[in-house]
Amino acid sequence: MSDVIPSPAPPRRGWRQSDSPVKRAFARSRTVQVASAVLLLIVLATLFAPLLAWQNPFDSGALELNDAFLPPWSEGINGAFYALGADDQGRDVASAILYGLRMSVLVGVSAVLLSLCIGIPLGLVAGYAGGWFDTLLMRVADVQLTFPVILVAMLILGIVRGVVPEGVREQVAVLVIILAIALSDWVQYARTVRGAVMVEKQKDYVLAAQLIGRSRTAILGRHILPNLLAPILVIAAISFAHAIVAESTLSYLGVGLPPTQPSLGTLIRIGQSFLFSGEWWILLFPSLVLLALALSVNLVGDWLRDALNPKLQ
Amino acid sequence: MLAYLLRRLGQSALVLLAVSLIAFMVFRHIGDPTISLLGEDATLEERAALNTELGFDKPVPLQYLNYVGKVVQGDLGISYRLKRPVSEVIAERLPATLELALMASLGALVIGVVLGVYTALRSEGWLSRAVMTGSLVGVSLPTFLIGIGLIYLFAVELRWLPSFGRGSTVKVGGWETGLLTASGWSAIILPAITLGFYNMTLIMRLVRAEMLEVLRSDYIRFGRARGLREKDLYFGHALRNTLIPVITIAGLQIGALIAFSIVTETVFQWPGVGLLFISSIQGVDVPLIAAYLMFIALLYVVINLLVDFLYLAVDPRLRRR
Repeated sequence: MSDVIPSPAPPRRGWRQSDSPVKRAFARSRTVQVASAVLLLIVLATLFAPLLAWQNPFDSGALELNDAFLPPWSEGINGAFYALGADDQGRDVASAILYGLRMSVLVGVSAVLLSLCIGIPLGLVAGYAGGWFDTLLMRVADVQLTFPVILVAMLILGIVRGVVPEGVREQVAVLVIILAIALSDWVQYARTVRGAVMVEKQKDYVLAAQLIGRSRTAILGRHILPNLLAPILVIAAISFAHAIVAESTLSYLGVGLPPTQPSLGTLIRIGQSFLFSGEWWILLFPSLVLLALALSVNLVGDWLRDALNPKLQ
Repeated sequence: MLAYLLRRLGQSALVLLAVSLIAFMVFRHIGDPTISLLGEDATLEERAALNTELGFDKPVPLQYLNYVGKVVQGDLGISYRLKRPVSEVIAERLPATLELALMASLGALVIGVVLGVYTALRSEGWLSRAVMTGSLVGVSLPTFLIGIGLIYLFAVELRWLPSFGRGSTVKVGGWETGLLTASGWSAIILPAITLGFYNMTLIMRLVRAEMLEVLRSDYIRFGRARGLREKDLYFGHALRNTLIPVITIAGLQIGALIAFSIVTETVFQWPGVGLLFISSIQGVDVPLIAAYLMFIALLYVVINLLVDFLYLAVDPRLRRR
């Protein structure tokens, strides 16, 4: 036996250290593998929606009214193939779903990014500086957390609808719903980041950075923030799931995206009126896709939370 | 203890004050009541008269005080869409929502406790695993999808239960109830399941976790050693100790149920305050939006306070603080 102790691999910097346990956890869980495969498929479908759909379902000139209510797996009068059937206006349900899915994912991603941009800086400053700003922010957060997210989003929607003149409401609907979801969700980030900053700022590396005279912005942005990426990533994944559900719910309720630029929620809202007349495919297929999306995002988010939690490893 | 109660009361008052300020700003600055109430072609004089009548010509802080004063007296303004006092419209719709929330939380409590106990006692059985997986799937789904699924199964395919409305109702005093007729009962089943599902899974998981914890504790082991029957041990000793947190959660969730009833009421066209709120958002009926906001805030604050008081009554240790 040689007495040479193998030198340990040099530790990698920052959050990359958690790379390998996460990979191992991924290899262990069959559920998360399936869920991420579904998610990947959905992301690809949203990216290439215009290529995959043979019809632009929202260009009314492209629709063939004679094909209305064709059941799934049937051929239209012009030889077009309706794999998932057609709705009351002869719109291909499969194409509508592809575009609707695109809208749902777009709104979800943008809402998460926007609430990240609001919540993280506020949380960083509140946690580092403390004082009246911290107190104020946390009281606001307390009040907002008292109410369900969907209610806060709805209130913001109601206010914006009141401010925006009726004519342009449909055009700004996407922006409004992104804003509403982001403003109802930023509290999560602000609170988590604030708490983590209060822990981090006690550590020696921050003291060292202060001693060599780095500015506050540099300490917060270059030194503390990179150490917070794991918790932020977990909340982002979980709040992406929440954003998808919130958006589809608001659209289903008729206060989200209008039928001219529908998301999955809008499609389900439209499809529900055909539930009793026997055209089940207009409702069923968007619902199944939303189910797959919500479930896979939730599963991946939950898995990520457990995988990045050092206590569970 | 007095200091604790006072601080909680102060916090509640602060929350209500903040919400009333938001409600006032919504009420005052969004839309033009003179157009909404009088129509597009009212004369300038009529508008000025209405502005004076509503007090909009006074300084803004004074308007806010007036608004709060009126709200406290139950005067929430006049709905732009229905042209009737908001308080009257809400009072009319409230029984439907309260009955729905009540049935949903009772159902969630009973089924949740039963399933929680079962999955704790038979934690390795296939039925327990199926229930746990099902609850995981159910929690990540949007509420309205669950509602639509129930409608499809029980109203369209099986034709057992109605899919919308609340059946025939009976007026008892000022309260319009659907719980005294057979059609009212069959109409409330699906909406109550939809609304209560999330809470049911929450309670189930809580009971299961608490039961598993309690069953490992010393006094259960001693009880076993003393030769107590398993049934008494589980239900008389273990379950009883899990119920305090369960009741707290169930109580706290009533506010959330009433807020979430917006979705359920839309799916089932249930004529409650949630449906009213959605149609007032669609129609930009500002006084109603502001009033609903105040209503929910008040509800939350009262429920939170009640739970705090309940804690004090139940747990003597808290009283010494």
